[in-house]
Amino acid sequence: MKIDTGDTTWLLISTALVMLMTPGLALFYGGMVRKKNVLGTIMQSFIALGVVTIQWVLVGYSLAFGPDIGHVIGSLQWAGLNGVGLEPNPDYAATVPHQAFMIFQMMFAVITPALITGAFAERFKFSTYVVFILAWSTFVYAPLAHWVWGMGGWIHNLGALDFAGGLVVHVSSGVSALAAALIVGKRKGHGHDNMPPHNMTMTLLGASILWFGWFGFNGGSAVASGALATSAFVTTHIAAAAAALSWLFIEWAQRGKPTILGAASGCVAGLVAITPASGFVGPLPALAIGLAAGVLCYYGVNFKNKFGFDDSLDAVGVHGVGGAFGALATGLFASTAINAAGANGLFYGNASLLGIQAVSILAAGTYAFVMTFVILKVLSRTMGLRVKVEEEVEGLDLSQHGESGYIF
Amino acid sequence: MKKIEAIIRPHKLEEVREALLEAGFHGMTILEVKGVGRQKGHTEVYRGSEYKVDFLPKIKLELVVPDHRLEAALSTILKTAKTGQVGDGKIFVLPAEEVIRVRTEESGEEAL
Repeated sequence: MKIDTGDTTWLLISTALVMLMTPGLALFYGGMVRKKNVLGTIMQSFIALGVVTIQWVLVGYSLAFGPDIGHVIGSLQWAGLNGVGLEPNPDYAATVPHQAFMIFQMMFAVITPALITGAFAERFKFSTYVVFILAWSTFVYAPLAHWVWGMGGWIHNLGALDFAGGLVVHVSSGVSALAAALIVGKRKGHGHDNMPPHNMTMTLLGASILWFGWFGFNGGSAVASGALATSAFVTTHIAAAAAALSWLFIEWAQRGKPTILGAASGCVAGLVAITPASGFVGPLPALAIGLAAGVLCYYGVNFKNKFGFDDSLDAVGVHGVGGAFGALATGLFASTAINAAGANGLFYGNASLLGIQAVSILAAGTYAFVMTFVILKVLSRTMGLRVKVEEEVEGLDLSQHGESGYIF
Repeated sequence: MKKIEAIIRPHKLEEVREALLEAGFHGMTILEVKGVGRQKGHTEVYRGSEYKVDFLPKIKLELVVPDHRLEAALSTILKTAKTGQVGDGKIFVLPAEEVIRVRTEESGEEAL
């Protein structure tokens, strides 16, 4: 098999773009917490680059993409990247070195557990967190990635479409965030003390880095350079812009002010929603998906107030709601005119895809919820999930890391 | 001697300081403070969560003056710090027992 230099170049650049999303997320979340927790919050994202990278090399990639066992998991044949070399793997990417595909996928595995941290921001114990992401990557992310993207995975065989991770990244992290918010419990003083974000400039910079990196996330998921990568790149941008505006305007209409946090949250909601659809839909459907995502997630972040859980930075409302909506919208707007390897959705005469998408959302969501629940229950009994009350009052920066975010 | 503690609007600080210097008051100390009085705070909204901010940023200006200069200092501050809107601040006058210049150990009005 011949390696295509254009494809390889784009995939490696995309990999670097997606890598930057994790520090981008760190800033996005970091600005939204109180200043005594800025480092603790940033660290929860950043450390995933360390922990999950090692996990991916040793077992994660093999469990997700290795030779299929029973349509549910990859074998450990590729553990330690054994046999994952510089020759292409025709099952996944016929024109690039297998290691390029492996490291591109690694960046998705890195950012996904970090997304969950929004649900338990400002109170989670760092030592337990490190074990949590190791367990979550192994027992939740790797199997889900195998189901949806792995050769032989059962959702893949079902014909479900998930171009860049609506199910694997966003539904999984969003639903896990819900389980985490329920088990970890509310922040001390929640509902009573004022807990406004401490740095909106940081949050907006983080959102912008996420937007920038998402070109690699979705565009790179074509695993080739050319028409499909361009199409995904274009739909990604359109959806982000549309959702930034729709969130901004609905908030403006209902609350009287167009907010920076609204614009930043909106673009992320649009990016989340277009993720599963990005390589299967055209520009106008992307516009519709973006507009709807901004409105839906605006309402999505208010669920927690109704139900009384403390999803502090709205991982459920943005990633859970946006991811599930995007996966369903893929079942509506997908067109083989855009991607011959995909399928037609409801609006192109194929109602069955919508059902398949719904089943895949339910399956991925249920699995992620139950497994996250179990992992956190076990960690709760053994290591403890939360910092001590005094440490929570002092802040994660000093209590967990012995540093201050700001010294003026 | 009297100690003046004046709570003023932050954006008025430069004007007050210049006027005081012009009137011959050469030393003062300021603190960035937050306070609540008759002026209402504001509401901030982040993703639908409302936070009421009652304590507003103010400047607390402190200076010690000889008794016979008190009126001049007060009228200078009043003239420059006033906008006529709620939130202009307050002035407290306290007796000051002693002042010592650290460098020379002079004390009393000499040290002002």
